[in-house]
Amino acid sequence: MIDSKPEISIEALKSGDRDEFSKLVDGYSGMIYRLALKMIGNHADAEDVLQNTFLKAFQHIGEFEARSSLSTWLYRVGANEALMLIRKRRPETVLSEIGSEETEQEDFYPAQFTDWCCLPEDEFLSSESKAALDQAVRHLPENLRIVFILRDIEGLSIQETGDALDLSETNVKTRLLRARLRLREELSKYYSERLKKRRQE
Amino acid sequence: MSDHEHSNCRALLGSLSDYVDGTLSQELCAEIEEHLSDCQNCHLVVDTLRKTISLYHQSAAEAGEVPALVRERLFRVLNLDDYIRH
Repeated sequence: MIDSKPEISIEALKSGDRDEFSKLVDGYSGMIYRLALKMIGNHADAEDVLQNTFLKAFQHIGEFEARSSLSTWLYRVGANEALMLIRKRRPETVLSEIGSEETEQEDFYPAQFTDWCCLPEDEFLSSESKAALDQAVRHLPENLRIVFILRDIEGLSIQETGDALDLSETNVKTRLLRARLRLREELSKYYSERLKKRRQE
Repeated sequence: MSDHEHSNCRALLGSLSDYVDGTLSQELCAEIEEHLSDCQNCHLVVDTLRKTISLYHQSAAEAGEVPALVRERLFRVLNLDDYIRH
Protein backbone atom coordinates (compact mmCIF):
# COMPACT_ATOMS: atom_id res chain seq x y z
CA MET A 1 0.00 0.00 0.00
CA ILE A 2 1.64 3.23 -1.09
CA ASP A 3 0.67 6.13 1.18
CA SER A 4 1.43 9.68 0.15
CA LYS A 5 4.41 10.75 2.20
CA PRO A 6 5.36 14.25 3.37
CA GLU A 7 8.62 15.82 2.20
CA ILE A 8 11.16 15.12 4.93
CA SER A 9 14.55 16.78 5.20
CA ILE A 10 17.14 14.19 6.21
CA GLU A 11 19.48 16.99 7.12
CA ALA A 12 16.92 18.44 9.55
CA LEU A 13 16.33 14.99 11.07
CA LYS A 14 20.06 14.51 11.56
CA SER A 15 20.37 17.88 13.27
CA GLY A 16 17.63 16.86 15.74
CA ASP A 17 14.85 19.10 14.41
CA ARG A 18 11.73 18.11 16.43
CA ASP A 19 9.29 19.56 13.87
CA GLU A 20 10.80 17.29 11.26
CA PHE A 21 10.69 14.27 13.59
CA SER A 22 7.00 14.83 14.27
CA LYS A 23 6.38 15.02 10.51
CA LEU A 24 8.30 11.79 10.07
CA VAL A 25 6.23 10.04 12.74
CA ASP A 26 2.91 11.21 11.33
CA GLY A 27 3.91 10.40 7.77
CA TYR A 28 5.39 6.96 8.34
CA SER A 29 3.81 5.47 11.47
CA GLY A 30 0.81 4.05 9.56
CA MET A 31 2.93 1.77 7.39
CA ILE A 32 4.96 0.48 10.35
CA TYR A 33 1.86 -0.17 12.45
CA ARG A 34 0.27 -2.07 9.54
CA LEU A 35 3.43 -4.11 9.00
CA ALA A 36 3.61 -5.00 12.71
CA LEU A 37 -0.07 -5.88 12.93
CA LYS A 38 0.11 -8.17 9.89
CA MET A 39 3.33 -9.79 11.16
CA ILE A 40 2.14 -10.35 14.73
CA GLY A 41 -1.65 -10.08 14.68
CA ASN A 42 -1.88 -8.50 18.10
CA HIS A 43 -2.54 -4.81 18.74
CA ALA A 44 -0.48 -4.48 21.93
CA ASP A 45 2.59 -6.12 20.39
CA ALA A 46 2.15 -4.12 17.18
CA GLU A 47 2.21 -0.95 19.29
CA ASP A 48 5.46 -2.09 20.95
CA VAL A 49 7.00 -2.65 17.53
CA LEU A 50 5.80 0.77 16.38
CA GLN A 51 7.32 2.53 19.39
CA ASN A 52 10.60 0.62 19.24
CA THR A 53 10.92 1.26 15.51
CA PHE A 54 10.71 5.03 15.93
CA LEU A 55 12.90 5.03 19.05
CA LYS A 56 15.57 3.16 17.04
CA ALA A 57 15.03 5.42 14.04
CA PHE A 58 15.58 8.50 16.22
CA GLN A 59 18.71 6.99 17.78
CA HIS A 60 20.22 5.85 14.47
CA ILE A 61 19.12 8.50 11.99
CA GLY A 62 22.74 9.70 11.91
CA GLU A 63 23.69 6.39 10.27
CA PHE A 64 21.11 6.73 7.49
CA GLU A 65 23.07 7.09 4.25
CA ALA A 66 20.21 7.51 1.77
CA ARG A 67 21.37 4.46 -0.21
CA SER A 68 17.76 3.36 0.11
CA SER A 69 14.69 5.56 0.61
CA LEU A 70 13.63 6.69 4.07
CA SER A 71 10.58 4.42 3.95
CA THR A 72 12.66 1.37 2.96
CA TRP A 73 15.04 2.16 5.83
CA LEU A 74 12.12 2.43 8.28
CA TYR A 75 10.63 -0.82 6.96
CA ARG A 76 14.00 -2.44 7.63
CA VAL A 77 14.01 -1.20 11.23
CA GLY A 78 10.34 -2.17 11.67
CA ALA A 79 10.82 -5.65 10.19
CA ASN A 80 13.76 -6.30 12.53
CA GLU A 81 11.76 -5.13 15.53
CA ALA A 82 8.79 -7.34 14.59
CA LEU A 83 11.01 -10.39 14.10
CA MET A 84 12.81 -9.74 17.39
CA LEU A 85 9.50 -9.53 19.23
CA ILE A 86 8.27 -12.77 17.65
CA ARG A 87 11.49 -14.49 18.77
CA LYS A 88 11.08 -13.11 22.29
CA ARG A 89 7.48 -14.31 22.50
CA ARG A 90 8.29 -17.81 21.28
CA PRO A 91 11.88 -18.53 22.35
CA GLU A 92 11.32 -22.28 22.15
CA THR A 93 10.60 -22.10 18.43
CA VAL A 94 13.49 -22.15 16.04
CA LEU A 95 12.59 -19.51 13.52
CA SER A 96 13.68 -19.70 9.95
CA GLU A 97 16.36 -17.07 9.58
CA ILE A 98 15.74 -14.31 7.09
CA GLY A 99 18.93 -15.18 5.24
CA SER A 100 18.72 -18.96 5.60
CA GLU A 101 18.94 -21.43 2.73
CA GLU A 102 15.77 -22.38 0.92
CA THR A 103 14.09 -25.69 1.59
CA GLU A 104 12.89 -28.20 -0.98
CA GLN A 105 10.16 -27.28 -3.43
CA GLU A 106 7.64 -29.99 -2.64
CA ASP A 107 6.10 -28.16 0.29
CA PHE A 108 4.50 -25.57 -1.95
CA TYR A 109 3.38 -27.73 -4.84
CA PRO A 110 -0.35 -27.05 -5.45
CA ALA A 111 -2.81 -29.57 -4.02
CA GLN A 112 -6.07 -27.58 -4.06
CA PHE A 113 -7.91 -27.40 -7.37
CA THR A 114 -11.27 -25.87 -6.60
CA ASP A 115 -12.26 -22.83 -8.61
CA TRP A 116 -13.52 -20.40 -5.98
CA CYS A 117 -13.06 -17.23 -8.03
CA CYS A 118 -16.74 -17.54 -9.03
CA LEU A 119 -17.97 -16.80 -5.49
CA PRO A 120 -20.08 -13.64 -5.30
CA GLU A 121 -18.20 -10.48 -4.33
CA ASP A 122 -19.99 -10.11 -0.96
CA GLU A 123 -18.31 -13.35 0.11
CA PHE A 124 -14.87 -11.72 -0.18
CA LEU A 125 -15.98 -8.58 1.66
CA SER A 126 -17.28 -10.32 4.81
CA SER A 127 -15.43 -9.87 8.10
CA GLU A 128 -15.04 -13.64 8.31
CA SER A 129 -13.31 -13.65 4.94
CA LYS A 130 -10.98 -10.83 6.01
CA ALA A 131 -10.13 -12.71 9.19
CA ALA A 132 -9.32 -15.79 7.07
CA LEU A 133 -6.93 -13.69 4.94
CA ASP A 134 -5.12 -12.40 8.03
CA GLN A 135 -4.96 -15.83 9.59
CA ALA A 136 -3.50 -17.35 6.42
CA VAL A 137 -0.70 -14.75 6.45
CA ARG A 138 0.07 -15.48 10.09
CA HIS A 139 0.39 -19.19 9.27
CA LEU A 140 3.28 -18.46 6.91
CA PRO A 141 6.79 -19.00 8.27
CA GLU A 142 8.25 -15.63 9.31
CA ASN A 143 10.80 -15.51 6.48
CA LEU A 144 8.05 -15.86 3.87
CA ARG A 145 5.54 -13.72 5.77
CA ILE A 146 7.76 -10.64 5.95
CA VAL A 147 8.54 -10.81 2.22
CA PHE A 148 4.85 -11.20 1.31
CA ILE A 149 3.76 -8.31 3.56
CA LEU A 150 6.38 -5.91 2.20
CA ARG A 151 5.82 -6.83 -1.44
CA ASP A 152 2.13 -7.65 -1.77
CA ILE A 153 0.54 -5.73 1.09
CA GLU A 154 2.82 -2.71 1.47
CA GLY A 155 3.51 -2.59 -2.27
CA LEU A 156 7.32 -2.38 -2.23
CA SER A 157 9.17 -3.39 -5.39
CA ILE A 158 11.23 -6.58 -5.45
CA GLN A 159 14.39 -4.47 -5.14
CA GLU A 160 13.05 -2.40 -2.22
CA THR A 161 11.94 -5.57 -0.44
CA GLY A 162 15.44 -6.98 -0.92
CA ASP A 163 17.00 -3.75 0.38
CA ALA A 164 14.77 -3.75 3.46
CA LEU A 165 15.57 -7.37 4.30
CA ASP A 166 19.14 -7.67 3.02
CA LEU A 167 18.09 -10.28 0.50
CA SER A 168 19.03 -10.71 -3.15
CA GLU A 169 16.26 -10.15 -5.72
CA THR A 170 16.36 -13.87 -6.56
CA ASN A 171 15.80 -14.72 -2.92
CA VAL A 172 12.92 -12.26 -2.62
CA LYS A 173 11.28 -13.73 -5.72
CA THR A 174 11.67 -17.30 -4.48
CA ARG A 175 10.16 -16.48 -1.10
CA LEU A 176 7.40 -14.42 -2.61
CA LEU A 177 6.39 -17.27 -4.90
CA ARG A 178 6.33 -19.72 -1.98
CA ALA A 179 4.33 -17.35 0.17
CA ARG A 180 1.81 -16.69 -2.60
CA LEU A 181 1.39 -20.39 -3.38
CA ARG A 182 0.92 -21.29 0.27
CA LEU A 183 -1.65 -18.55 0.70
CA ARG A 184 -3.45 -19.76 -2.41
CA GLU A 185 -3.63 -23.23 -0.84
CA GLU A 186 -4.95 -21.86 2.46
CA LEU A 187 -7.53 -19.63 0.81
CA SER A 188 -8.57 -22.44 -1.54
CA LYS A 189 -9.38 -24.62 1.49
CA TYR A 190 -11.35 -21.84 3.14
CA TYR A 191 -13.29 -20.74 0.05
CA SER A 192 -13.98 -24.34 -1.06
CA GLU A 193 -15.84 -24.77 2.21
CA ARG A 194 -17.69 -21.52 1.66
CA LEU A 195 -18.60 -22.66 -1.84
CA LYS A 196 -20.00 -25.94 -0.46
CA LYS A 197 -22.03 -24.12 2.18
CA ARG A 198 -23.48 -21.72 -0.34
CA ARG A 199 -24.51 -24.59 -2.59
CA GLN A 200 -26.26 -26.32 0.31
CA GLU A 201 -28.18 -23.16 1.27
CA MET B 1 -1.23 -30.23 -11.54
CA SER B 2 -0.79 -33.43 -9.57
CA ASP B 3 -3.19 -35.71 -11.41
CA HIS B 4 -1.76 -35.66 -14.90
CA GLU B 5 1.54 -36.17 -16.59
CA HIS B 6 2.34 -32.73 -17.93
CA SER B 7 5.98 -32.19 -17.06
CA ASN B 8 5.61 -28.53 -17.98
CA CYS B 9 3.47 -27.94 -14.88
CA ARG B 10 6.52 -27.99 -12.63
CA ALA B 11 8.50 -25.75 -14.95
CA LEU B 12 5.57 -23.34 -15.02
CA LEU B 13 5.41 -23.14 -11.24
CA GLY B 14 8.78 -21.39 -10.95
CA SER B 15 7.69 -18.59 -13.31
CA LEU B 16 4.20 -18.09 -11.88
CA SER B 17 4.93 -14.99 -9.79
CA ASP B 18 6.66 -13.23 -12.68
CA TYR B 19 3.83 -14.29 -14.97
CA VAL B 20 1.03 -12.90 -12.80
CA ASP B 21 3.09 -9.75 -12.10
CA GLY B 22 3.52 -9.24 -15.85
CA THR B 23 7.32 -9.17 -15.62
CA LEU B 24 8.02 -12.25 -17.71
CA SER B 25 9.50 -12.05 -21.21
CA GLN B 26 7.05 -12.23 -24.10
CA GLU B 27 8.55 -15.51 -25.23
CA LEU B 28 8.06 -17.21 -21.84
CA CYS B 29 4.56 -15.74 -21.53
CA ALA B 30 3.63 -17.30 -24.85
CA GLU B 31 4.98 -20.68 -23.69
CA ILE B 32 3.00 -20.47 -20.47
CA GLU B 33 -0.17 -19.43 -22.23
CA GLU B 34 0.15 -22.31 -24.63
CA HIS B 35 0.47 -24.67 -21.67
CA LEU B 36 -2.45 -23.05 -19.84
CA SER B 37 -4.75 -23.47 -22.83
CA ASP B 38 -4.18 -27.20 -22.56
CA CYS B 39 -3.96 -27.72 -18.78
CA GLN B 40 -7.05 -27.10 -16.71
CA ASN B 41 -5.36 -27.46 -13.32
CA CYS B 42 -2.59 -24.99 -14.11
CA HIS B 43 -5.18 -22.59 -15.48
CA LEU B 44 -7.09 -22.86 -12.23
CA VAL B 45 -3.95 -22.35 -10.13
CA VAL B 46 -3.12 -19.19 -12.09
CA ASP B 47 -6.69 -17.84 -11.70
CA THR B 48 -6.89 -18.53 -7.97
CA LEU B 49 -3.35 -17.21 -7.44
CA ARG B 50 -4.31 -13.95 -9.16
CA LYS B 51 -7.44 -13.75 -7.02
CA THR B 52 -5.41 -14.44 -3.85
CA ILE B 53 -3.00 -11.60 -4.60
CA SER B 54 -5.79 -9.22 -5.53
CA LEU B 55 -7.66 -9.95 -2.27
CA TYR B 56 -4.56 -8.97 -0.28
CA HIS B 57 -4.06 -5.83 -2.36
CA GLN B 58 -7.68 -4.93 -1.60
CA SER B 59 -7.23 -5.61 2.13
CA ALA B 60 -4.18 -3.31 2.18
CA ALA B 61 -6.12 -0.49 0.57
CA GLU B 62 -8.76 -0.80 3.31
CA ALA B 63 -6.25 -0.73 6.19
CA GLY B 64 -6.86 2.28 8.42
CA GLU B 65 -4.72 4.87 10.13
CA VAL B 66 -2.90 4.46 13.43
CA PRO B 67 -5.60 4.68 16.15
CA ALA B 68 -5.61 8.07 17.93
CA LEU B 69 -4.60 6.66 21.32
CA VAL B 70 -1.76 4.62 19.81
CA ARG B 71 -0.52 7.77 18.06
CA GLU B 72 -0.75 9.75 21.29
CA ARG B 73 1.26 7.16 23.26
CA LEU B 74 3.85 7.02 20.46
CA PHE B 75 4.37 10.78 20.59
CA ARG B 76 4.74 10.63 24.39
CA VAL B 77 7.32 7.82 24.22
CA LEU B 78 9.29 9.90 21.70
CA ASN B 79 9.10 13.02 23.90
CA LEU B 80 7.06 14.78 21.25
CA ASP B 81 4.10 15.47 23.57
CA ASP B 82 3.80 19.04 22.34
CA TYR B 83 3.04 17.78 18.79
CA ILE B 84 0.14 15.49 19.76
CA ARG B 85 -2.52 18.08 18.88
CA HIS B 86 -1.00 18.92 15.48
